[in-house]
Amino acid sequence: MKTIKTYVVALISALLVLSPVAYADKWSDQFPHIKATGDIPGDCSYDAMSKKNYKGKTLKINTHAVPVMGEPTALHAEQFAKLTGAKVDVTHTPAGDLYAKAMVPFQAGQAPYDIVFGFSNFINDWKRYLEPVPKKYVEMKQMQDVTPSHIGIASWDGVMYQFPVDGDRHYLKYRKDVIDNPEYQKKYKADTGKELRVPQTWKEYGEMAAYFNGWDWDGDGEKEYGSAEVMKKDDLMYAAFYSRSAAYSKNPKTPGGFFFDLKTMKPLINNPGFVEALTDWVAATKYVPPGGINFGLGDEIGSFGGGQTLFSFSWDDAFVAAMQPDSPINNKVGAAQLPGAMKVWNRSTNSWDEGFNQAPFFVWGWAVGVAKKSKEKEMAFDYLCFFANEANHQADIGIGRFGVNPFRNDDFKADVWTQIGWDKDIAQSYVDTLAQMEDSKNRVFPLRVPGTFEFNAALATAAAKALAGQLSPQAALDEAAKQWEDILNRVGKDNVRAAYSVGVAMEDNKL
Amino acid sequence: MNFKHKYVFLFPGLFVLIGILIFPIIFTIRLSLSGWNSYTPEMNFIGITNYIRLFTDDPRFWESFFRLSFLSVTTVVLQYIIGFALALIVWREIKFKRFFRVIFLIPMMTTPVIMTVIWRTFFHESLGPVNDLLGNLGVEPILWLSDPVIAKFTVIIVEVWQWTPFMFLLLLAGLLSLPKEPFLAAAIDGASSIRKFVYVTFPLMAPISIGAIIIRLIEASKIMDTVFVLTSGGPGTATETSSFYIYIKGLREFQMGYAATLSFTYLVIMIISLTIIAKVLTKLMIKE
Repeated sequence: MKTIKTYVVALISALLVLSPVAYADKWSDQFPHIKATGDIPGDCSYDAMSKKNYKGKTLKINTHAVPVMGEPTALHAEQFAKLTGAKVDVTHTPAGDLYAKAMVPFQAGQAPYDIVFGFSNFINDWKRYLEPVPKKYVEMKQMQDVTPSHIGIASWDGVMYQFPVDGDRHYLKYRKDVIDNPEYQKKYKADTGKELRVPQTWKEYGEMAAYFNGWDWDGDGEKEYGSAEVMKKDDLMYAAFYSRSAAYSKNPKTPGGFFFDLKTMKPLINNPGFVEALTDWVAATKYVPPGGINFGLGDEIGSFGGGQTLFSFSWDDAFVAAMQPDSPINNKVGAAQLPGAMKVWNRSTNSWDEGFNQAPFFVWGWAVGVAKKSKEKEMAFDYLCFFANEANHQADIGIGRFGVNPFRNDDFKADVWTQIGWDKDIAQSYVDTLAQMEDSKNRVFPLRVPGTFEFNAALATAAAKALAGQLSPQAALDEAAKQWEDILNRVGKDNVRAAYSVGVAMEDNKL
Repeated sequence: MNFKHKYVFLFPGLFVLIGILIFPIIFTIRLSLSGWNSYTPEMNFIGITNYIRLFTDDPRFWESFFRLSFLSVTTVVLQYIIGFALALIVWREIKFKRFFRVIFLIPMMTTPVIMTVIWRTFFHESLGPVNDLLGNLGVEPILWLSDPVIAKFTVIIVEVWQWTPFMFLLLLAGLLSLPKEPFLAAAIDGASSIRKFVYVTFPLMAPISIGAIIIRLIEASKIMDTVFVLTSGGPGTATETSSFYIYIKGLREFQMGYAATLSFTYLVIMIISLTIIAKVLTKLMIKE
């Protein structure tokens, strides 16, 4: 009898231990995308979704072109359709047209799409047309793990309008095999008298990039270059410029605005801090690959991810692409915070404050919302919840081209990355970099005000003129500041101030 | 007989005309008098504020217009010269005439956006085959898309490649329809090939040439896809054209009212300038 009891207990124990594996296999067999983890139990897991019945209903989604965000949208749409019986129509749209494609029907009171993908800085213009994320999703376990910064980015005045599916920030990526190479360290010291190390300032970044520009330093028979950057006008280059400007212009001693002085709403983008950053950037045109002045985000990812440059800075995608098993520089890259500066502009004293300053830029990222006029809101939120469930999220963040980047506390654990083949020290440096940015008290958040597009486009045009040598940095930024004044007058200073104060409160650590 | 019946037959055409031509123009004019944008999504009335802004505070539009004038005139002149030369070649009795006629038309049959992507790949300064080829010949990489001056010529190259076949097609059709007698008379008089071209072919082709040039000028002045894909108007604003600028204002920045102002002003300018160009060409090319 005792023996039988022992067998029964052993059998039950074995079943209990093995049940998650069996459970995972059930779904990962059908959906190989999640084969690394299997399904992970939750409110929007594969298992939970399979119990929903949306047969006969159609969900319409407008998303980005393939692959960045477009590919995961389509993949999860197909999975969602299989699980729930729904028909899901996915439309792919180029990045530059995402705003207008949603905005035109929004303003006409129509809802050709139930779900619209865009950028998180659209929130101010879009929020009146989006359905707030219902409480049951906000309170779900998977949402509780989203970092406060990304909850803040997806929300306005405490109401969540965008469903978190992505987390973005700009940080430095560098070739670890060069920067940590003792021979190159010795050579660099001998030639320049300086240390070769992860650049602490933009000046160091420029010096190292210039030194490693135009020769074959990795022995592959091809020339390599200093830096790959997003410099193409109208292709997100304004975000790259803000990243370069933050260290020179975000002074923790002068709260109350990075882009504008919140009190007066005077544009700050032509102050000496921004001019210094643009001057550095113009110099950078000498150490980017030929044609680098026309690099958009895709080019930057391809260039650094393909092993063409020593440095790069922007979204996570280039780093994740570089770390994929098929990359020529797999496990040869490192991550660090954006370089800082040895001086920062103080607009109160109208002078430079000497000393090291660093300011992470929480650039906007992919965002998605459900149209207020949609007739399939429940299904739409279920889809988004499914898109971002734990199993999908863990699979998505390891694929560089997907454009899905860390935004959950769990993502900041090195184990998540070592499991997909990253070296332990690289994974650690990556998660440390992200965590340090989260912890920073001197952060810059993207501009999210009425007319955001106009402000950013004016800045991008001016910066592009400087990069192309059409205007000096000061003249270019004076032109941008003048245009910002004009936009302010058209939109109304008070309207912009009211919206901008939300971002400033986040930057000043008051939210 | 009641001739008022005839108006009944005119109505369908009139409705179509109003629907597809008159209404959009009137709507554009009305939109241009509004401040419709992302934060004021309504057809409010702001008078001529947008027009004042355009004429007093928007040098970028005028720069893009003069750039467009340069690009369109240069490309059309080159297309005309090359197209005419090719048409003359296959007009004669040469071997594989039909083959060459088809070959010359291929660029026009391809999708402009796709071909521009391919051209962009060709001209990619660090990864493209053109610089690679030049490198093998010892030539330093040329900044096809990153130099403000060279980038304009790159746009011209792509436009000429894409649309010369259109010019070729019109001019070849013109050549094939020319009467034979003047050429016979010239041959009897012993005129050389050059004299035949200068005194017979070219004058006879003048009306067709003017038509072809005007059609291509209208098309070239709307150049958008090539610039959009090849350079995005860059570097800086070096290749930005009017239509691309209007697109940015309207569909990127969502300044619908102001974009309508730009569109309507552009339409008026184009109507006036193309009328003048047609008159001038007629005067220059057609001798009474």
